Amino acid sequence: MTPSTSTSPSAGAPAAPADAVLALRDATLGFGSRMLWSGLDLTVSAGEFIAVIGANGSGKTSLLKVIFGQQRLSGGTASFLGAPLRRGNRRIGYIPQQKLADDGTPLRARDLVGLGISGHRFGVPLPSASRRHQVDELLAAVGATRYADAPISSLSGGEQQRLRVGQALAGNPSLLLCDEPLLSLDLNYQRTVSELIDTQRRARDLGVLFVTHDINPILDMVDRVLYLANGRFRIGTPDEVLQSSVLSALYGSPVDVIRTRGRVIVVGTPDGSHGHPDATGETAHHDRHPTPDGQAS
Amino acid sequence: MTADADFWSQIFNFTNYGELLVLLQNSIIAGAVLGVVGGLIGVFVMSRDMAFAVHGISELSFAGASAGLLFGVGVVEGSLVGSLVAAALIGLLGTRARDRNSIIAVLMPFGLGLGILCLALYPGRSANKFGLLTGQIVAVDNPRLGSLIAISIVVVVGLAVVWRPLMFASVDVDVASARGVPTRFLSLYFMLLLGLAVAVSVQVVGSLLVLSILVTPAAAALRLSSSPVLVPLLSSLFAVVSLVGGIMLALGGSVPISPYVTTISFLIYVVCRVIAAVRKRHGNSGRTAEPLLARG
Repeated sequence: MTPSTSTSPSAGAPAAPADAVLALRDATLGFGSRMLWSGLDLTVSAGEFIAVIGANGSGKTSLLKVIFGQQRLSGGTASFLGAPLRRGNRRIGYIPQQKLADDGTPLRARDLVGLGISGHRFGVPLPSASRRHQVDELLAAVGATRYADAPISSLSGGEQQRLRVGQALAGNPSLLLCDEPLLSLDLNYQRTVSELIDTQRRARDLGVLFVTHDINPILDMVDRVLYLANGRFRIGTPDEVLQSSVLSALYGSPVDVIRTRGRVIVVGTPDGSHGHPDATGETAHHDRHPTPDGQAS
Repeated sequence: MTADADFWSQIFNFTNYGELLVLLQNSIIAGAVLGVVGGLIGVFVMSRDMAFAVHGISELSFAGASAGLLFGVGVVEGSLVGSLVAAALIGLLGTRARDRNSIIAVLMPFGLGLGILCLALYPGRSANKFGLLTGQIVAVDNPRLGSLIAISIVVVVGLAVVWRPLMFASVDVDVASARGVPTRFLSLYFMLLLGLAVAVSVQVVGSLLVLSILVTPAAAALRLSSSPVLVPLLSSLFAVVSLVGGIMLALGGSVPISPYVTTISFLIYVVCRVIAAVRKRHGNSGRTAEPLLARG
């Protein structure tokens, strides 16, 4: 666990620590006149688990696109393992939202994981014993050996997400980017999939950036939280950031953070309640509530 | 001879079968080659959910072929141009599924209308005209067989080279793109190969029935297996059996080959579905038994 490098956007850019996997310095992203975020300093160290939280349209997914090299920063610098970001870096693993495979998918569980090893390669695939062995190891690591030969269309959402973790680990990554990987999983699988990611980052010393609208399933795993709202952001430990005063300042309107039974519930954000979607059912309707200053929604 | 026997002899007639077989050996070779092409590309048509696109391209291929006939450019050339234009339009304009479907729906009737206009103006025999829509009764001549084989080789080799990244992009475009797979290039590249495959299929089964070669066999194979090796093999096998079997049954009759091909292809699909249903009942799902934990 590393201490937070910055809890305020105005703090100067500290030098990246030696074990930094990803470093953003004074990073700014905007489209035309619309600024998603600016002055973002973020260092992800090896083995560090960072949750990225924020309203819809606050630039969470765009942040991931920047790291994938699919989106250029409007300002500032970004580096991965000391080198500039580039597209298709195999040392960055990606775990997307769960989306069920349909019947037209000619793949078994092991083939989905195998795509993580050689899916980007052109040419005719030849059978390879070492690749098969590698796939078996990955399947075992994510606990999917039991359904290794089952068609992916026959697997549940949670089972498919396990495979996606295995697929993301296939490139032997230093950084895992997770984009709402728990979405539409039941509570049981939210738990097992997030624990799986947590176990793997400890075992492999991975940096993890975990975009989520609900911090609770991963609250006891995260080292720091990056909270994006209104073109501003806060970075710090969950205790530092998830406070009524901090989030009220960030949103520019009164926001309450309620801690109850080990859960964190954020009430009063202009775009609905974060942290506990079931309580209000509002999280799916963010777009209906404009932010007070009309930005970043 | 009764009227009834007459009816059946139109559909099945095996007199002088040996001699006919020699005469139509080109058609049989064409059917086999086309089966391999259709079976392989069908796997991606299924995994990219593009059955409707196949139908759309085939209608524009028909328009091209009719125009080729009318202006004396040649049916093969015309159908190739029509297919490729349609495939490129669909590939460029329809990156999202909904856009794609509406573009296809807009192009398809236009293509058909254009084709009908060209055929109406064409002064030649009507059997030829009908053939473009519903398939030929007979012969594929030597030069035509040559062009068919050449285009088929382009499609098969073209597919083999991009097989893995194309599968990756078809299954999960976001992850593939994050991994550096050139997904937009592959999508257009695939559409062009699909255009070529449709153009050669139209020559044999006609534009209305192309789906029976490019979709049905792959759909049937996917009922039996999810193995990335077995599915393309089975799919090609089913397509070859449908085409070659259809041509051989049609030899003596006076009916086009397409009803035979589509019927065999359909029956294979039905049998595969039944096998899949029986297997499911016996709980053969590819996973090893596990006592406690239920699926989430």
